[in-house]
Amino acid sequence: MQLSDMERGMLEGERGDAVRTAMEILVALGEIFDADRLLPVRSVQIAGVSYHNLGDAGLEFVEQMATDGRAVVPTSLNPAGMDPDRYREMGIDAEFAARQMRIVEAFRRMGVNTTLTCTPYHVGLVPARDDTLAWSESSAVTYANSVLGARSNREGGPSALAAALCGRTPRYGLHLDETRRPTLRVIAAGSLRCPADWGLLGAAIGQQRPGALPLIETAERPDQVSLKSLAAALPTFGGQPMFHVAGVTPEAARHALPADSLCVDAALLRATRERLEIGAEDRVDLVTVGCPHASLDELEQLARLLADRRVVAPLWISTAPAICQQAAKRGLSQTIELSGARIWSGTCFAVAPLKGRFTQVVTNSAKGCYYGAGHNLFRMRLASLERCVQTALAGRWSEVDR
Amino acid sequence: MTELHGRTIKRGRGAGPVLFSPAPISFFGGIDLERGVVSEPGHPLHGQSIAGRVLVFPHGKGSTVGSYALLRLARNALAPAAIVIRRCETIVAVGAIIAGIPCVDLIDIDRLAQVDSAIVEDGVVSWADD
Repeated sequence: MQLSDMERGMLEGERGDAVRTAMEILVALGEIFDADRLLPVRSVQIAGVSYHNLGDAGLEFVEQMATDGRAVVPTSLNPAGMDPDRYREMGIDAEFAARQMRIVEAFRRMGVNTTLTCTPYHVGLVPARDDTLAWSESSAVTYANSVLGARSNREGGPSALAAALCGRTPRYGLHLDETRRPTLRVIAAGSLRCPADWGLLGAAIGQQRPGALPLIETAERPDQVSLKSLAAALPTFGGQPMFHVAGVTPEAARHALPADSLCVDAALLRATRERLEIGAEDRVDLVTVGCPHASLDELEQLARLLADRRVVAPLWISTAPAICQQAAKRGLSQTIELSGARIWSGTCFAVAPLKGRFTQVVTNSAKGCYYGAGHNLFRMRLASLERCVQTALAGRWSEVDR
Repeated sequence: MTELHGRTIKRGRGAGPVLFSPAPISFFGGIDLERGVVSEPGHPLHGQSIAGRVLVFPHGKGSTVGSYALLRLARNALAPAAIVIRRCETIVAVGAIIAGIPCVDLIDIDRLAQVDSAIVEDGVVSWADD
């Protein structure tokens, strides 16, 4: 891999230990993936924030890098393992909270904007088409690549931090035109009535053809929330952080139709749902919304559905701290919380220590089903946002009107 | 003296007894981080210590959190002296770099299967012939 004199200096430690470690990571990854050089990045988004996942070793690494590392490009941060302000109400112990806050503080010392969200594009961090990024949260990477036409590989936490400290990322993978070409034509024949159904579509494609980059043909017109839902599910189930939707996403028209095809009809969607819902009962311990983080529009919708009502089963909503503040200014948070529902901000139920606290969980997120079942051993059920609210109000699941 | 030349993932020198694994290793979940011992049930090295060894294996597997597991091992003074790997991927590369473990890949690891002890230095693996 070709390095400039400045990059070579960084590798030799001219800019301190953290930058040297960071450059070693970028060069090693560049060599492994046959990159020819490093590209300057416009922004970085770092995942791997929850103490639940990082543990003490991850905490030590981040603090070590913070001794002399500073972000040189705009850098934002994924959710933490708890709401930083309301962790007690969430049932998170003080020991966990203290270590979690040390991680967040170390990122802050490095000049990282502690947005604590998986949806930076909801809080004003919207990349432009063809921008080079080093983002790591899989749904955000997929949204940026697919919906916004920016370019990012799915970075790990350390490689994203390395990109932040060096302002660079190795040129390989989705930074290259040829890698962004679709490899699978998907005919979405089953009806997609709500964002949760788009997540189910992503799960079906990912499970049927892991790694494939789909070009999806559908008569439906997805809204932003539906695309967010698809962007969360596809990499979770199939590992692929990019898709095209014909007539919708910016790069779809650039490419010829792939020869390989998959029809996702109503039967396949149903079978996919049944796999996600193995072991689900009518009893409900928890209803969750906001994976990826709820937008202001979704909070408005929730406020309408919950106004003057009272939940029976706990309803947890996760969103970005910045969105939570906006919702509070508009009175939405008050309406939602008066119902007994809770808005946790800056956290994520996939990375919070919730194992053992719930069993039967209903969500509007296919990605949430995967992590709920895999990490926390929950029995999951997937439903539209409206159905999630109805279930919380009723306190149990009902098959009626599904 | 036999020398094999590979690609440097992490520079530096490490020497010690060779521990050869024909199977991939997961550092998160597959290693007991407080004892430095392979803990994955059914793994060919199950129960063996990787501390201070020249650890030779085909490739890594498992969670990306495995990179931090290598750092944890190093902090506990239980890290391998060096890592020799057929084909490195992100988890092991990042782990070796942040933990400061000399690491080389693109090595025909089968040649180390019967070697007692080896030295890794800046992308070169060497050992004394019998």
